[in-house]
Amino acid sequence: MAYPDDLRYSREHEWVRVDGSRATIGITSFAADELGDIVFVELPEVGTTLTQFAAFGVVESVKAVSDLYSPISGEVLETNDALRETPELLNADAYGEGWIARVELADTDQLDALMDAAAYAEETT
Amino acid sequence: MTDGEPMELKRTPLHDHHRELGARLVPFAGYEMPVQYSSIIEEHRVVRSAVGLFDLSHMGELEVRGDEAVAFLRHALVSDPGALEHGQAQYSMACDADGGIIDDLIVYRRATHEFLVVCNASNRAAVVDQLAGLLSRGDFGVTVADRSDATALIAPQGPHSAALLAELTDLDLDAIANYRSADGEVAGIACLVARTGYTGEDGFELFCDAAKARELWDALATAGERHGLRPCGLGARDTLRLEAGMPLYGNELSRETNPYEVNLGRVVKLEKGDFVGRSVLAAVQHTGPERKLIGLRMIENAIPRSGYAVRADGSDVGRVTSGTLSPTLGEKIAMALVPAELAGVGNAFEVVVRERPYRAEQVKLPFYRRPRG
Repeated sequence: MAYPDDLRYSREHEWVRVDGSRATIGITSFAADELGDIVFVELPEVGTTLTQFAAFGVVESVKAVSDLYSPISGEVLETNDALRETPELLNADAYGEGWIARVELADTDQLDALMDAAAYAEETT
Repeated sequence: MTDGEPMELKRTPLHDHHRELGARLVPFAGYEMPVQYSSIIEEHRVVRSAVGLFDLSHMGELEVRGDEAVAFLRHALVSDPGALEHGQAQYSMACDADGGIIDDLIVYRRATHEFLVVCNASNRAAVVDQLAGLLSRGDFGVTVADRSDATALIAPQGPHSAALLAELTDLDLDAIANYRSADGEVAGIACLVARTGYTGEDGFELFCDAAKARELWDALATAGERHGLRPCGLGARDTLRLEAGMPLYGNELSRETNPYEVNLGRVVKLEKGDFVGRSVLAAVQHTGPERKLIGLRMIENAIPRSGYAVRADGSDVGRVTSGTLSPTLGEKIAMALVPAELAGVGNAFEVVVRERPYRAEQVKLPFYRRPRG
């Protein structure tokens, strides 16, 4: 499977797209496929602070409940409210309309602990 | 997926084919079984609208035959298989002496002195042990043979299943009513054709020689193309049965529950004479069960899951036994065991999801009933 080159990836199957001091985060298409039909997403509150590799939300498929782990630390600026009504966006468009949250990056050095697309592809084969 | 499986998983005769079809295989009741082929929700919908094809070859098939087969099954099970006509089937249970449910079963009368008992794969050993234990006391002229490994079970389920099957058999399917069965050929393969299932839709369960499983599956899959058939896994089977309010052993049913608690008192025939568990069950029937299995619909936005606490007026009163997002209704639904005195359609409950209570109301079971036409 190929993954977008402009993203960084965590072992917990989340991605981060950096834009200056801000970042968008989501789950990878690999994670979405593994989970199957996603039917519920519990999003973090705007204004809360995420900690790198700590749980910050929940995603539920028909059969299973899984925690979401933040790939980076930072304050939540915005969440994708469309996921409350249409959680299946995570399956349909994991890197686009299925984004989960935008955050103010606390420490850009944390990105060094994440994988690039090639390394993540290796991780998931 | 699951690490450290303690023993080698068994495979059905269709295992390699499931793999070819791209199924996700998971451990289930000691077997490696397909949980989904593409999408649980799509597979669920295909069974409600067209026809889905299930491999249920993991299920247990026990053959009970002998002059005293009726007397034996009357003693071993809570129902009365003696009331069955040839070809007729009956939902039943084996209970222990304390009235706890060992397994739920379907009993098919094959002949005057011959029955097929179909049990859950997870309970096959327990049911065989129970029947063997009763036989060893020596009063019954009966043999019990476990045919599970030699038998495949393939189930086309859904509103188009009869039209599909009609293309492949000379049997008069209109003559096989719900919970009836007949011997015949499907695609030239000898089968017991039963109009039974676990989806809440019209459908069939086809029992055949395990060696013929692939041939039967392929014939159904090929003929099924123009009926909208798709292979379906155990994931869809679980959401389908839950919408239909059907209990699942290990969730709603266990040794710690009795039939009256789970709304299955109608299956227990106290008037037939003595049977295993009768004295306890008669007492429960007399006083009424302490707990009751109810249906819940979530009012607030959270998915109830098996094991979650159920509250009434702020205190824990019971447990969710099964829950899901219903693909057909678009509602979050659950079955739960609660104290009988708290049960009542329209009553308010809360389900605790991740340490927060979410409002729910009791609704009638089943959640879904198929349109009759």
